[in-house]
Amino acid sequence: MSTPSGVTVLLFGPAREAAGCSQTVMELPTPVTAAKVVDALSTAHPNLAPLLGRSRLVVNQRYVDADASIGPDDEVAIIPPVSGG
Amino acid sequence: MRTEFEITDGPLDVAGVVGSVADTAAGAIAVFAGTTRKSFEGKAVRHLEYEAYAPLAERTLQEIGTEIALKWPQTIGLAIAHRLGTVDVGEVSVLVAVSAPHRREAFAACEYGIDRLKAVLPVWKKEVFVDGGVWKENPEWERERGGEPP
Repeated sequence: MSTPSGVTVLLFGPAREAAGCSQTVMELPTPVTAAKVVDALSTAHPNLAPLLGRSRLVVNQRYVDADASIGPDDEVAIIPPVSGG
Repeated sequence: MRTEFEITDGPLDVAGVVGSVADTAAGAIAVFAGTTRKSFEGKAVRHLEYEAYAPLAERTLQEIGTEIALKWPQTIGLAIAHRLGTVDVGEVSVLVAVSAPHRREAFAACEYGIDRLKAVLPVWKKEVFVDGGVWKENPEWERERGGEPP
């Protein structure tokens, strides 16, 4: 039986607005992967789901793939389509 | 190449940013200033609201600087400043300034800098109208950056 691990996810711009919060804690069974975080976010925040499909995940300020593993102390952030400039 | 990057809540100091790349070895300083348009598709824009993932944005600006130094080794100075928070119509939201011995590389590096910024900088802009707001999405955005998305 795996121990649930709390992963804090930072949300910005349209993702923050869709979720209604600038960060959220996901309780997930270990081992935690990027894909699992995205799935859990979609379930916990249905308003965020459409945007997640067009967003990227960043762990410790590095863009990661779906199978990237995530530890409890990692800084995880959703990067929706950017619009700087 | 020397660099100066700034992500700030306050108004941008155009003269200060241009001055930061000034150099007696430079024959040219190219500057791009992005400003807030008063309308979008006929609708009156009240103001823009910007927010950033600041630590990643700072890292990303460093990466853009590294790319410019590789592509235009003659570049003397690069300064990029992006404003956050509320930016009123007519005000400057972003500045890219490049100094180089000659204008062609200064123009090219400056254009590259703003193009890359729009593609990869983790900053988000909301256009606010009288009746609500819309989060913008840059067509240049590189979602595939750094591998396949989850």
